Amino acid sequence: MTSGRFDRMASYLVLGTFALIAIYPIVSILFLALHRKSDLVTGFAVPTHVDLSSFKAAWTDGRFSTGYKASFIVAVSVTVVSAILSIGTGYAFGTMRFFGDRIVFPIMLLGIIFPYEATVIPLYYDFQNVPLLHWNLLNTYWALILPQIGQSVAFGTFWMRAFFRSVPRSLIEAARIDGATSFGVLWRVLLPQAMPAVLTLCVLVFTYTWNEFLLALVLVSGSESHQTAPLGLSFFAGAARAGDPTKVAAAAVLVALPIVVVYLFLQRHFVRGMFGGAIKE
Amino acid sequence: MGVVDEANVTRPDQVDPGVSARRRRRRGNAPGDPRNIGWLYVLPGLLVYLLFTLAPLLHTVYYSLFSWDGLTARTWVGLANYSEAIRDHILLISFVHSGVLIVFYAVIPVMLGLLLTAALTRSSIRGFRFFRTTLYLPYLLAGVVIAQAWTWVYDASGPLNRGLELVGLGSFVHPWLGDFTWALPSIGVIGTWFTFGLCMVLFVAGVQKIPRELYDAVRVDGAGAVREFFAVTLPGLRNEVLVAFVLTTINALRSFDIVYNTTSGGPGNQTIVPSMYMYQNAFLFNRVGYAAAIATLLALVIFILAAIMLRVGDRDEAR
Repeated sequence: MTSGRFDRMASYLVLGTFALIAIYPIVSILFLALHRKSDLVTGFAVPTHVDLSSFKAAWTDGRFSTGYKASFIVAVSVTVVSAILSIGTGYAFGTMRFFGDRIVFPIMLLGIIFPYEATVIPLYYDFQNVPLLHWNLLNTYWALILPQIGQSVAFGTFWMRAFFRSVPRSLIEAARIDGATSFGVLWRVLLPQAMPAVLTLCVLVFTYTWNEFLLALVLVSGSESHQTAPLGLSFFAGAARAGDPTKVAAAAVLVALPIVVVYLFLQRHFVRGMFGGAIKE
Repeated sequence: MGVVDEANVTRPDQVDPGVSARRRRRRGNAPGDPRNIGWLYVLPGLLVYLLFTLAPLLHTVYYSLFSWDGLTARTWVGLANYSEAIRDHILLISFVHSGVLIVFYAVIPVMLGLLLTAALTRSSIRGFRFFRTTLYLPYLLAGVVIAQAWTWVYDASGPLNRGLELVGLGSFVHPWLGDFTWALPSIGVIGTWFTFGLCMVLFVAGVQKIPRELYDAVRVDGAGAVREFFAVTLPGLRNEVLVAFVLTTINALRSFDIVYNTTSGGPGNQTIVPSMYMYQNAFLFNRVGYAAAIATLLALVIFILAAIMLRVGDRDEAR
């Protein structure tokens, strides 16, 4: 390949500039968070020493131990359950033909395209008084978990089906000839191979669920102990920004932290899931 | 080009779902033998999806046919909410704002991504993995977090205004998110910021799949960077550009988190968007039926736009 040194330098310059643009707002809020209120931070202030007092203040004042707990309960439940359900639906749509499959699959795909914003109004009223059962699920974890499993299964079905279709037919047929049941084929033959695809799905669903805001705002605003971390941040920012911006900055860093950590460790799953994730979003 | 790294190379276990859907159409038939036991595996997932995603969606359409304050009895009004909607100036403005946001969330990031990709295909880059990590990060952050970060960047004493003063452009200092003229573009810039890296990573990954011979061929012909880009890179990235454009356009139309957490639609209605207006009607103005009509219209607009874009993409490919 013929490329001059000038071309290469220019490429680095371009990449470097845009990487800086991408990272700067994140760094600036981190810098702000590492100060304390009395520093009266303005502009590009770089912290001279690591001061974690804002984080402590945010953690207690913003009740982020509750927010973290709620977010983890919701995100982990949604991730685990929708992964299991999607393995099932993906397996069936990817390897079998059954009565009605060509009608049901497109119906599930609709869930990827339609905006879930259009579901919050009836969710709010139906969870207040669940039809037939007369339960009130508003301000409970259920109100966040159930709808998000529904949305995630739509995407998960699409994702896992694509994986199961890519498995060589001969593998499944050989196992059948050996007398394996449909569940045996899935459990012993396919699932061990599916683990990378399943992990990618889990990483994406966890991220979407952790970051979700509108459902939390509508469905659990009324219960302080069920508010997720992003919802807590939104309320905390509304109440505390004027008083102490460093505390709000620290709170924002706290909300972002778990996703950033997962991202740094499982980066290639995010990139791999991008095409599919693209379509879900 | 040396931008290769193993995560970008397609292996059998990382299928591109878009491609497999197309392959299926060509083959005509669904795979597998007829086994109605499939229902057993589909049913649990299908049930949760039907109950908690599809049913609420249909329920929204149903609510949109009523006048309802959320408390007292509903009154059937037929399509009255819709005839009000098409005459509602604020709703019209909110969709116009969505159009502006599409420019910032979709058009600019895709063009920027292409430009950067073009710049990068000319030479080999070491350490691309590091750049990719950085560029993709903004897209993964929660909207609420992004809103906090940018509220600080735009703050009266924040980095942007201080930066302008430093370089002698003090007259350009604005209360960006509170300014009648600048609030909407300021939100738009946030969208450009968290989307352009995604587009770029997507495109650079796509360039890896373009056969090297195509580049060699145009270079032998003595093509410059511009012709190389239009003759090889752009056609090779069709799918990536389409996916990026559909995704970012839908993001722009749905945007709620960032608007709610920066301006809440203000000042005045300068940054109102359909989802925000729906939220206000449903939960602040107690106009549940009307809010449901807005939600239905928004879903319809998104569906139609996505269908058109994917359709155009398919037709281009057949050609």
